[in-house]
Parts: sequence; structure tokens; C-alpha cells
Amino acid sequence: DSDGGSEELVLTPAQLIRSLEQAWLNEKFAPELLESKPEIIECVVEQLDHMEANLKRAKTGDLKVSVHRMEIERIRYVLSSYLRCRLVKIEKFFPHVLEKEKSQAEGEPSILSPEEFAFAKEYMANTETYLKNVALKHMPPNLQKVALLKSVPKPNLDSFVFLRVLERQENILVEPETDEQREYTIDLEEGSQHLIRYKTIAPLVASGAVQLI
Amino acid sequence: SEAKSGRTDLIFLIRFRHCCLLRNQRCIVAYLYDRLLRIRALRWEYGSILPNTIQFHMSAEEVEWFNRYKKSLATYMRSVGGEEGLDLTQDIKPPKSLYIEVRCLRDYGEFEIEDGTTVLLKKNSQHFLPRWKCEQLIRQGVLEHILS
Repeated sequence: DSDGGSEELVLTPAQLIRSLEQAWLNEKFAPELLESKPEIIECVVEQLDHMEANLKRAKTGDLKVSVHRMEIERIRYVLSSYLRCRLVKIEKFFPHVLEKEKSQAEGEPSILSPEEFAFAKEYMANTETYLKNVALKHMPPNLQKVALLKSVPKPNLDSFVFLRVLERQENILVEPETDEQREYTIDLEEGSQHLIRYKTIAPLVASGAVQLI
Repeated sequence: SEAKSGRTDLIFLIRFRHCCLLRNQRCIVAYLYDRLLRIRALRWEYGSILPNTIQFHMSAEEVEWFNRYKKSLATYMRSVGGEEGLDLTQDIKPPKSLYIEVRCLRDYGEFEIEDGTTVLLKKNSQHFLPRWKCEQLIRQGVLEHILS
């Protein structure tokens, strides 16, 4: 009973934790910032609070309490690691992340949660103000701006990732790496594992058809 | 304005000078930005209060950047995870065991654990404490995790 406001089907705690782990692994191995998953986070937090409350009420029947505590620690670690991973990417690619969020069409899922968006904007403003006050305002008039979108490196979408196929995919178009090669198509069988360029399968990660490992 | 006066022989000189200036700007910004990244890492490593030796190496504007960053981070962490927020600077490593053996590296004083009991952390004393309570102190160098 962890549906906490989601409009989809109710997940069991086990399913919820698996969703969290999947989101965590995808985020860890993807070179760019993935869609935000506010429903999962909200439900996991609720779950953790629930478990903590149960623990407080339990008698010190040692073994069960220890096991549950351990479980809480593990889940909290995964959640923290997931959110930290996102923060690192937000800070690393801050102008691109903000730009992408702005240009998302209506109805398309957000890359940033509202809180992450606020954090990203503050980070950018903070850094811009700092650079301006320390260096840029002392420079000749035509050099007083730095185009952050050009100077800060973009995520490398051509980096290779390992993945496991969850849903069979057909006719995935693979673009050539060199001029001599030609593009070709491959089929992804369910359960198979591949090493492939992230750009090729990015939409499949978003849809949940593949899992990065 | 020199270009407008039609002295084409100066155009190359102007362009060259402009390229030099742009390069200098890039170098300066890269240097400053790299320092910011290191300062950012300090928040995650040391916590929100930096040791004096490090603060001594920071410019006033860098200290201000750091203060704004940690405030922004605190706001974000409070917004996640229920009433008290979620301290993302904890739980850096996957938990292996509930309790760990630690040795105190320097006098710290009283330290309260879960059920209200306090422990006196004196230099060289050893304790068996809940792992999640010790993380911060281990990173600050007050406690040392003893691996048997």
C-alpha cells in the first residue's frame, strides 16, 4: 500500500523497491540526466517513514528489529545514492540541463523535479555571479560575458553502456561510427545483454524497455 | 574602429589580439571554475563547516559562493524525504553491518546515540556503535573504523 498519489496501479513494497533500484542503476550508468521520478521517490520516503514508525513501536525482540533496521539502511542508501547521482549530473551539466528543461514541450515528462529545478537555477546564478564579480567585470567590455552553454561540456551521449533487454525490440537503427561503416538495424531479444552506444538506445531506457547494468 | 577606417593591414592584428584575449579569458574562467568545483567537493567531504586552514586559502567571494551553495543544498535536502528531509551527505557507502567497531582519534566529548544513552568519546577509547551515527564523525577524522 504505497501508492502515495500516483495515478497508476498500486505497487507492493517489493515492486516499489525494485523500481527504485532500476531507476538508480539507470541513472548511475546513463551519461545524461534522466527523467525525474517523483512518484517513486515520494513512495519510497513514505515507505521508509512507515518502517521507522514500526520499528519505534516494536519491542527489542533483537533479531527482527536488526533485520528491519538493516533493510531501512539499505533502502535509504539506494535512495540517497540515486538523488546524489542526479545532483552530480545537474551540477556538472547545469546550463544544458536547464536549457533542456525549458525546451520540454507541454505534456512531456520533466527532467528535473521542481526542487531540482530550483537547485539548478540557484547553482547557475551563484556561479555566474561569482565569475562576474571576480573576473568578468574587470575585463574589457566585449569580454564580460561567458557563454556557459558553449563552455560547459555536454554529456557524452556516444559513450558505451551495458544493458539488459526487458522487452523485445525490433529494428533498432544503429548509426555508423566511422565513415566507412553503414548504418544497420539490430533486434534486441528479451533477456539478452549488450554493450552499445547510449545514444542508440536512449529512448528505450526512458520507456523501460531496457535496463542499464 | 581601426577596422572601420579601412586599414586592412591592422585587421589581422586585431583578430590575433582578440584571440589572445579570448584565450586569456578562457584560462582565467577555467582556473576559477576548477577552484569552485574543489570547494564544492569540500562541502561533501568535510560538512558545512570548513576547517580554518582551508578557509584561509579561500577568497571572500569563494566563501560567499560556498555559503550560497550549502544553503541551496540544504534547501534541496530538506525538500526531499518527509518532515526532516534526507541528508544526502550521509550513507555514502552501502551499509555492510548495523554496528561497527570504532576507535576515537581525539577527544570529542559526549555523543548521544539512538536510545538516549550517551557515550564519552575520549582519545583512544573504543566503542561499538551504530554505523549510521558514526559516518559523519569518521569523515571528520574524530573516529576511526576498526576493521578486524
